[in-house]
Amino acid sequence: MSEKAIVCKDLTKRFGDFVAVNHISFDVDQGEIFGFLGANGAGKTTAMRMLCGLSYPTSGEAAVAGYNVFKQQEEIKRNIGYMSQKFSLYETLTVKENIRFYGGVYGLSDKQLKEKGDELITKLGLEKEAKMMVGSLPLGWKQKLAFSVAIIHQPRIVFLDEPTGGVDPVTRRQFWDLIYDAAGSGITVFVTTHYMDEAEYCNRISVMVDGRIDALDTPANLKKQFDATSMNEVFYALARTAKRSAD
Amino acid sequence: MRTLRLLLEKEFRQIFRDKGLLPILFIMPMVQLLIMPLAANFDVKNINLVVVDRDHSTYTQQMVTKIASSGYFHIAGYYSDYAPALHEIERENADIILEIPAHFETDLVRESRADVYLAADAINGTKAGLGTAYLNTILGDFNNEIRMRWLPAKTAAVGTVDVTYSNWFNPEMNYHLYMVPGILVLLVTMVGGFIAALNIVKEKEVGTIEQINVTPIKKWQFIIGKMIPFWTIGMVDFTLGLLLARFVYGVIPLGSLLLLYSFLAIYLVALLGFGLLISTYSDNQLQAMFVAFFFIMIFMLMSGLFISVDNMPPWAKIITKLTPVTHFIDVVRMIVLKGSRFSDIKMQFLYEIAFAVALNGWAIWNYRKTA
Repeated sequence: MSEKAIVCKDLTKRFGDFVAVNHISFDVDQGEIFGFLGANGAGKTTAMRMLCGLSYPTSGEAAVAGYNVFKQQEEIKRNIGYMSQKFSLYETLTVKENIRFYGGVYGLSDKQLKEKGDELITKLGLEKEAKMMVGSLPLGWKQKLAFSVAIIHQPRIVFLDEPTGGVDPVTRRQFWDLIYDAAGSGITVFVTTHYMDEAEYCNRISVMVDGRIDALDTPANLKKQFDATSMNEVFYALARTAKRSAD
Repeated sequence: MRTLRLLLEKEFRQIFRDKGLLPILFIMPMVQLLIMPLAANFDVKNINLVVVDRDHSTYTQQMVTKIASSGYFHIAGYYSDYAPALHEIERENADIILEIPAHFETDLVRESRADVYLAADAINGTKAGLGTAYLNTILGDFNNEIRMRWLPAKTAAVGTVDVTYSNWFNPEMNYHLYMVPGILVLLVTMVGGFIAALNIVKEKEVGTIEQINVTPIKKWQFIIGKMIPFWTIGMVDFTLGLLLARFVYGVIPLGSLLLLYSFLAIYLVALLGFGLLISTYSDNQLQAMFVAFFFIMIFMLMSGLFISVDNMPPWAKIITKLTPVTHFIDVVRMIVLKGSRFSDIKMQFLYEIAFAVALNGWAIWNYRKTA
């Protein structure tokens, strides 16, 4: 098993003439929080879907948790967690039932499910809501629950696609506490976001522009490199060079 | 196995929590089974007949009385001229005109023959066709009666052939007996086809399928996890329908229930495979609904329930063979009404197994975890 959680070299995805992801290369260390930034339509989600084994790359190479994204998608899927842009827990199942379903699918035993489930519910303060339908929870709670469920099987890497979209600042703060906890337990976090304050929380950041990765470094170094006082300025400087119109 | 169990748990919970879906699955089909067979009756009665009598004689009186007393016709008008009678047809008050020419009685007595003229409104083909056929029979009877009266007894015995007939397996030509099993098949088909077509698409729409695709759940586990709940619902619906048929319509299957359910089991697999196939090709529930509706329409019309397959042109007969519903309606009628055995329906079993394998294979092939 490789030391690196993700190794990615010249990864490319074309849809006909359109190059959604254009020869991107980067490595992510185990236990790192890796921010994946970019304007809407820059190719973030497409790149992430390839790494999760949901979509075949057109060319290039990539290994996730040491497994090849072309041939070993099923092995990758056993070793990652994924939280998509769309809320993806079952709204007509209760909090407990969702935990049981997703945890069980990753091979947790009944005993583990009970322990992990109770632990998770206590940690999120959802004791009273444990038997409520997930659909009736407020968005912020849903997102925290979805994240906790995505890492219930202690994967090597968790992919988060705009996990805090539409969530209030206090809940976002709590969400990032969860992310730090996860990283502390050794889980690599690969996260996309549009909030520049969140970008500051990451160990390293890459910025995608028109399908390419135009910058990749720690937030501090990026600010130095672009002679900026905040990540906001860094992002503007890079995003302004985009030719592709956002959707 | 554990994954499959979890999938089933989830699926059954979701179905039984869907308060909008439950009545559609279990109550609506039963209500329809109670009502539709009463309406679906091919017996043509109350044909509105307009008589144009240009003769006004005793014989025409006798003839019209005979027609009216047959029970099939209602004399909607009695005119001496053609124009007002045609007007009745134009206003949809009448289906058939019987025109009796002047000198009808005289011709009949003097020349031993007379003509009448029938005009039918062919907009309603069934009524027109059956109506003229009934009238022909009645007039033929009338003819014989007259001959009997005129000719000497010994010669009268010569020359007529009477046909007597009996309807096997449904001696009273009871349409309930004939329609109920067929309608039950259609209802199970509707419920099973639609629910299977819509369900996976719904997960696509909501986005949960993406989450499933990123887990180690295998394709076949996911598909089987969807199939088993719908298959069970199909079995339950059919059983409820069969009970209803027994206690409301008195339809008791003559043949083996085991054989009937074995066929149903395979049929449901084929049908659900069809629904899943649609859902793998659709992006949203609306699309899936339209496609499913389009095909179920074909299934209904080509199933032989409403249109007799024997009367179809050869190319249409091929289409009927290519719809899984046709074979099941055949089999249900054969087992329920005739008490057919396995050897009688071997071919249908083969067809249905072929459908089940082809449709499900196609659906599994087309469902991609990685695009």
